[in-house]
Amino acid sequence: MNITVQFFAAARDAAGCSEITIDLPEKAVVSDLKRRLESRLPALQTLSSRLLVAVNQEYADDGAVLHPGDDVACFPPVSGG
Amino acid sequence: MLSVTTEPIDVMAVTQAVRSRRAGAVVLFLGTVREITGSLRTTALTYEAYEAMAVASLKEITREASDRWPLEAAAVVHRTGRLEPGDIAVAVAVSSAHRREAFEAGQWIMDTIKQHTPIWKKEMRGDGSAEWVHPDPGETAGAETSPDTAAGQGAES
Repeated sequence: MNITVQFFAAARDAAGCSEITIDLPEKAVVSDLKRRLESRLPALQTLSSRLLVAVNQEYADDGAVLHPGDDVACFPPVSGG
Repeated sequence: MLSVTTEPIDVMAVTQAVRSRRAGAVVLFLGTVREITGSLRTTALTYEAYEAMAVASLKEITREASDRWPLEAAAVVHRTGRLEPGDIAVAVAVSSAHRREAFEAGQWIMDTIKQHTPIWKKEMRGDGSAEWVHPDPGETAGAETSPDTAAGQGAES
């Protein structure tokens, strides 16, 4: 399945693009996505342990299962205010 | 009123949004861009939001605040784009029957926004360098923060 991932802030700067589409096997989880992203975009490894993933506008942990059509975003820890 | 905007924040509108005849207290918090942090001078902060999730996050945070305290209303507006020292980055307004609840809920809402709401700031410094601001270790998700440790680089909130 194809999953499109949006990047924000330092993750977008590291990725060098604001989104990317990644092909993942059915029932792939967030940690699979992170591994695939880091191999496609090695600069993301600099943020690696701090990289957060949101699925359908909610924070998702590494074990969360991805589904076709999910709205996925990848970003560093937040710093608003 | 829960929103993310590129326009200057209308402080009166945020305040009016929570006023009511049932409220005996209205607390308004403004987070503003601070020029000096230690020995560093901030010339500008550029804020960026994942807007759809940020608005959902503000709804969730204010809903939870209303579960914890007997609030009449809560409103939050966060600005994005390039802001200069003195500019208002965020406004939080809370109303309740009595002041204690409004003060407590206002602080909790602001602390929780800083921990959870997907908004980031990049700091432009006087020496020409620019860097994404990393949250203080004490401000990562789930951590309790005290007012003394709640200051991030360049912004008061």
